[in-house]
Amino acid sequence: MAPLTARRAGLANCHTCSLLTPLQQLAENHGHCPRCGSLVHSRKSNSLSRCWAFLVTAVIFYFPANLLPMTHTAHLGKVQDDTILSGVIYFFATGSWPIALVIFIASVFVPLLKLLILSGLLISVQLRSTWRPAERTRLYRITELIGRWSMVDIYVVTILVALVKLGALAEIEAGPAAPFFALVVVLTMFAAMAFDPRLIWDRMETPRD
Amino acid sequence: MEHRIACHDCDLLHEVRPLPPGSVALCSRCGSVLYRHKRNPLDRTLALALTGMILFILANSFPFLAIKSAGLTRATTLISGIAELHRQEMNLVALLVLATTLVVPLLELCALLYIFLPMKVGRTSRHMAMAWRCLSKVRAWSMMEVFMLAILVALVKLSGMATIVPGVSVYAFAALIFVLAAASNSIDPQLIWDNLEKSWRR
Ligand SMILES: [Zn+2]
Repeated sequence: MAPLTARRAGLANCHTCSLLTPLQQLAENHGHCPRCGSLVHSRKSNSLSRCWAFLVTAVIFYFPANLLPMTHTAHLGKVQDDTILSGVIYFFATGSWPIALVIFIASVFVPLLKLLILSGLLISVQLRSTWRPAERTRLYRITELIGRWSMVDIYVVTILVALVKLGALAEIEAGPAAPFFALVVVLTMFAAMAFDPRLIWDRMETPRD
Repeated sequence: MEHRIACHDCDLLHEVRPLPPGSVALCSRCGSVLYRHKRNPLDRTLALALTGMILFILANSFPFLAIKSAGLTRATTLISGIAELHRQEMNLVALLVLATTLVVPLLELCALLYIFLPMKVGRTSRHMAMAWRCLSKVRAWSMMEVFMLAILVALVKLSGMATIVPGVSVYAFAALIFVLAAASNSIDPQLIWDNLEKSWRR
């Protein structure tokens, strides 16, 4: 006996106000929640293809984000272009390893982890996997939580350009990697929002025949 | 129907039961949070939202970092950083920073006050459901705590070049992060829907 989900009970769950509406009544209301007016989907529409589209674009932008310079510095006659990784290496070499670690985790590791986890989840759903659904749901919740921290480097650049201009001792400009990096953060957040974790569980109710 | 709730992450149906104070109901299948018991949600949310609004104004009216070099001290605000990005033709980046550190947190605070201030005096805001819908849509884009981490990173990064002095607004920013988090934790969404349904019956 499969567990009773809202969909099997003929109900759709409103993600804004948690009201359960019979599918028939929802159709009469043109898909809007009768209580709060939000558009209600029994499952997010085109979840898999939308999520893939955001992910693939994010992967493409991940390369220029990491290979192009993030900042352009002119200091005491020296001109220097820094990518995210060269910044990390610089801080590691000069002994500020906590900063090196923060930048590495937030800017390199987190986006990569997020891309890998979401791709893995998408593939597992498409293969109709029944492997550890609770753990996969937890992985999904983790990707929702950690993505925002990748914004750190964008903010650091904002603060640097604001401050250094004032000091007149150096000049820092945001490099061409900055917009790509911003797009990677935004796209991976959209990808996580597009994914519907209920698809993981739908496969549990209709196992491979 | 009213006593049932579906898990947002796995769609499993659950009976809603009253919770002991301060506790959480988890989905029996996937472990997601179903609902929480909130202590004194209306007063807490309102107090925190009002405090947040004051801190937000403070944080953006005063310089957040100052740089000391050659005997001169010059200070900067968050907005001047965004303006500088715009000047460097980094419009996309400037827009994202503007949205995530200023516009969305402000929207969040305004929506909370718009919903809960009238509720406190026994009225119902006309567009309460819409305000909550906006709030739940934009919430993921409020990133003040990430910005705070960036301030720390920037402080260390520049420490070799010049003397950086944290300004008044850094403290306001720091406090604002905790107040915003506490405010969004203190909300009991059920209050909104009970109130809405009550206003229909009037
Ligand atoms: Zn669940």
